[in-house]
Amino acid sequence: MTLKTPSELNALKASLVQAVSDKVKILVSLGTCGLAAGGSKVLDAITAALEESDCAEKYEAVPVGCMGLCYCEPTIELRDGSGKAIIYGNVEPSQIPAILEAGLTSAAEGATVVERTWYYPEDENNKNKALQAKIALRNTGRINPERIEDYIIRDGYQALAKVLTSMKPDDVSQTVLDSNLRGRGGAGFPTGKKWQFAAAQPKGQKYMICNADEGDPGAFMDRAVLEGDPHSVLEAMTIGGYATGADTGIIYIRAEYPLAITRLRIAIDQARKMGFLGKNIFGSGFDFDIELKYGAGAFVCGEETALIHSVEGKRGEPTVKPPFPAIQGLWKHPTIVNNVETYANIPVIIRKGAAWFKTIGTTGSPGTKVFALAGKINRVGLVEVPMGTTLRDIVFKLGGGISKDRIFKAVQIGGPSGGCIAAKNLDTPIDYDTLKAIGAMMGSGGIIVMDEDDCMVDIARFFLEFTCDESCGKCTPCRIGNRRLYEMLTNICHGKGTPQTLVELRSLALVIKDTALCGLGQTSPNPVLSTMTNFMNEYEAHVNERRCPAGACARLIRFTINEKCIGCGVCAKNCPENAISGVTKKRHLIDQNKCIKCGICFQKCKFQAIDKQ
Amino acid sequence: MSCDCCKKEKALEKLMRLEPEKTSQLVAFIDSLPLGQDVDVNRGHLIETLHKAQGIFGYLPQEVQQVISERLKITRSEIYGVISFYSYFTDKPIGRHKISVCCGTACFVKGSMRIVDEFKKQLNVQEGETTADLKFFLNVLRCVGACSLAPVVMVDDQVYGKVTPEMVSEILAKYRD
Repeated sequence: MTLKTPSELNALKASLVQAVSDKVKILVSLGTCGLAAGGSKVLDAITAALEESDCAEKYEAVPVGCMGLCYCEPTIELRDGSGKAIIYGNVEPSQIPAILEAGLTSAAEGATVVERTWYYPEDENNKNKALQAKIALRNTGRINPERIEDYIIRDGYQALAKVLTSMKPDDVSQTVLDSNLRGRGGAGFPTGKKWQFAAAQPKGQKYMICNADEGDPGAFMDRAVLEGDPHSVLEAMTIGGYATGADTGIIYIRAEYPLAITRLRIAIDQARKMGFLGKNIFGSGFDFDIELKYGAGAFVCGEETALIHSVEGKRGEPTVKPPFPAIQGLWKHPTIVNNVETYANIPVIIRKGAAWFKTIGTTGSPGTKVFALAGKINRVGLVEVPMGTTLRDIVFKLGGGISKDRIFKAVQIGGPSGGCIAAKNLDTPIDYDTLKAIGAMMGSGGIIVMDEDDCMVDIARFFLEFTCDESCGKCTPCRIGNRRLYEMLTNICHGKGTPQTLVELRSLALVIKDTALCGLGQTSPNPVLSTMTNFMNEYEAHVNERRCPAGACARLIRFTINEKCIGCGVCAKNCPENAISGVTKKRHLIDQNKCIKCGICFQKCKFQAIDKQ
Repeated sequence: MSCDCCKKEKALEKLMRLEPEKTSQLVAFIDSLPLGQDVDVNRGHLIETLHKAQGIFGYLPQEVQQVISERLKITRSEIYGVISFYSYFTDKPIGRHKISVCCGTACFVKGSMRIVDEFKKQLNVQEGETTADLKFFLNVLRCVGACSLAPVVMVDDQVYGKVTPEMVSEILAKYRD
């Protein structure tokens, strides 16, 4: 069925809303991590249980994208039309009968209930208390991503209809500019301004590209949106196409995201069949279609000029800007490159208006940001909060605090381009500008939480190793400079650093920041600079005292046996290097020359007789 | 001097002789692409062709590169440049089971390097290498996005979460016939 006018879309929506059954929905989280944790077995168990019993009249199973509760996958949510809901985490297929039996009246015995006080996906009654606000993730984990009807029921393609029938292209760009939506890929450039640049170019071939080459380690929000709500990205790209005068959209997606690719393909087919993509959309005379291009594992391809070269089939090396892609991009035509999360915001902004969008978040950075919480935190998962939320709220309220009750040390935000934020900045309301001011960067929004066992020098070294691996090699500061930074950091971690190394480290980092060609190179020293600013004492301990305060740098650790030793010999038996000697029932001794610091003796000793320094 | 069309026959013939089924699959795929005389247009299809070819052959041997080069009218050197740039592509055969240890930040802080070391020790290979019996290929990758299960190991398409060094031999045992 092809929809030719907005009224046909409204009629379809009305009939779909009418047809919604009053059955209790069982949402099953089936993103990549849900599937890895066994979500499909849970879905099978539900389907089987519904077939066998008389429950089929009461329940309806709905496979959805990631709910964001990654720490307790497989997750399911029971909800009825009134909004009453129960969420279960760590669901076992064997618990399904009990869960169906209990329904919404009470929590099923033996199953883990996810407390809703911190996770209000769409709980109208609790809006004021909710820390989360869902715009980009509004449908993710709520609808079946493989059914376009589910998207239409939730106002899908209404924004596109509005734009094509009642707005001029310039008005669309202006609305996006007025909303002050900033690029969610990391740098925070105003999206509306980008669109205006491309729109101002003479008529002709133009392109809209969606950057889905999510390469930051620890960031998975784009994948969640594509797996959970692909249509919102398609709708937004089409709107952008209308605003800028482009008729071709390209989604550049990592080949490592097979599930997102499958669901995008399904969504594109559905949108074409309904007439949301293709020729003469909504009878407006506007044509737009979208194709997929696959990345091939190169971090630098997240940079827009590199991405464009990769789409052209070349090595993904960045080029100097200007000319900016909005002026001269793919095959020398004006090209807009926006990130997945940026696009996911667009339909809502068009529907509800720029003024509404600006009521959320901060003045300089309106709206929300999706963060992927990972590392040593109790609730690993995806959260979406208004800009200006403090890290303390994100880590301790939403994230449930540090795992194993350890002490918070730092968060690393923004991936290899970002920085480490220390405890003293936990109460800073975070948005693009405040993060920059404290030496970090929004990046794509991966938040890795670290505790007292993590050595900040080692973390900086880890990121530099990543950058060295991923540097495309085109410009010297990044190719050679980062390699030297990595070597210096390795020396420090191995106890070979001197105070002079620290001076050189900082000075080289600053030079790379100023001289590298692209965004990747210019931000690559950030992990070094931010850890030096916030954790200088750790660097100094490494070079002055040859000591790693966190006990993470293996070469700087010393294991010794204290007077608690009763001479049981367990350590000596387990030592792979036979470095421990001693007589039974007498205190043993570790030969420091033979010790490889594997830590096995430390783990095996039942009497706390081994000291780790 | 042989002309271009003879050379084309040779590269394709050779591959046909070695791997008839796979080669016809690749050729059928290339023929389905909207290729033309314009190298820029053809280049736009290079990466998807390489994806397809690696999917069919498991890696990108020289003969395959040569066939792609002739069909897409792109030089061998440029194709090699692309293959060597992207970490997804490889021109060396890899072991039957691909072990990928995630070393993204979340896995790193949860000790993934100890897992890598254990695999290296047990398989006696370095990262990016295949064991002598061609059974295992050890690979380190950056974030599969399953950070809640950190540290994560993937063997082929199977994901193992919360892996400890002690689990490494158990995991390997499942794949040693």
